[in-house]
Amino acid sequence: MSTETQVHAEEHNRDNTGIRLGLWVFLFTELILFGGLFLVYSVYRYTYPADFHLAAQELNKIIGTFNTVILLTSSLTMVLSIVAIQRSKRKLSLFFQFLTIILGFFFIINKCFEWAAMFHQSIYSGSETLLNESKSYILFFDFYYVMTGLQGLHVIIGIVLISFMMRFTAKGYITHNNYVKLENTGLYWHLVAIIWIFLFSLFYLIT
Amino acid sequence: MEKHDFYTEHSNGYGIYVLVWMTLLALTGLTVAVAGMNLGGLTIATVIIIASIEGYLILTIFMHLRSDSRVFLLFVSVAGLFLLISFILLFSNCSFQ
Repeated sequence: MSTETQVHAEEHNRDNTGIRLGLWVFLFTELILFGGLFLVYSVYRYTYPADFHLAAQELNKIIGTFNTVILLTSSLTMVLSIVAIQRSKRKLSLFFQFLTIILGFFFIINKCFEWAAMFHQSIYSGSETLLNESKSYILFFDFYYVMTGLQGLHVIIGIVLISFMMRFTAKGYITHNNYVKLENTGLYWHLVAIIWIFLFSLFYLIT
Repeated sequence: MEKHDFYTEHSNGYGIYVLVWMTLLALTGLTVAVAGMNLGGLTIATVIIIASIEGYLILTIFMHLRSDSRVFLLFVSVAGLFLLISFILLFSNCSFQ
């Protein structure tokens, strides 16, 4: 069988709906994971409103807002990279994927600055500053570090995945009629953005 | 599903996505402004409603849930319903304690 015939056969046999269904099952588990964390956080917030209110004042709203704008913009560049590949504009798609990676890095760098500033103020689990506070005050920061840290880890994984997609696009494995991998990566990236929107609202805005 | 259908159903133009992105930024600005006001309990409700609208826009437009297979919509709906039921049960329990 010639290479061209093999490619056609592969395209014919590829189950795009099945591939995307697999990704949606994974996203379902992600929704349950973060949803569960949001639930527990909400219950404690409801139980200890005063301490959670005081603790939330320590978070930097400006950095939080900036990071939200960054992730929303990266969601746009991600979806535009898919539109570009649909229209056979490989270089434009690569450019948008590259922008998405850069924005993802900006998000992580901002997060590092934010955490570094908090560590500098001795706001971390087990620090003397926090040990002098009430348990519910400490609990707020435990939630904050675990949930934003887990979301940050997802951003890093997303950056790695998009880097692979860039390579696949550059090599010609992702084309205008075979871009399901890129689309799945986009779905994952958008979900990470949605999770951040809720983290931003619950931790930074409701004080 | 036919392959032809798959490659044509998600073919939105660049413009619609830029428009949704601008709406998302405007909603972010709005939610930050509302959070800065002293509206009491209304602040929490408004901020969560705006976050839900933003999530809905990303799910339906950026993630194509509106035009995609109903099975994917079912996955998100089941997850949402499960969380909603858990939320109601937990807070009912907290309220009566």
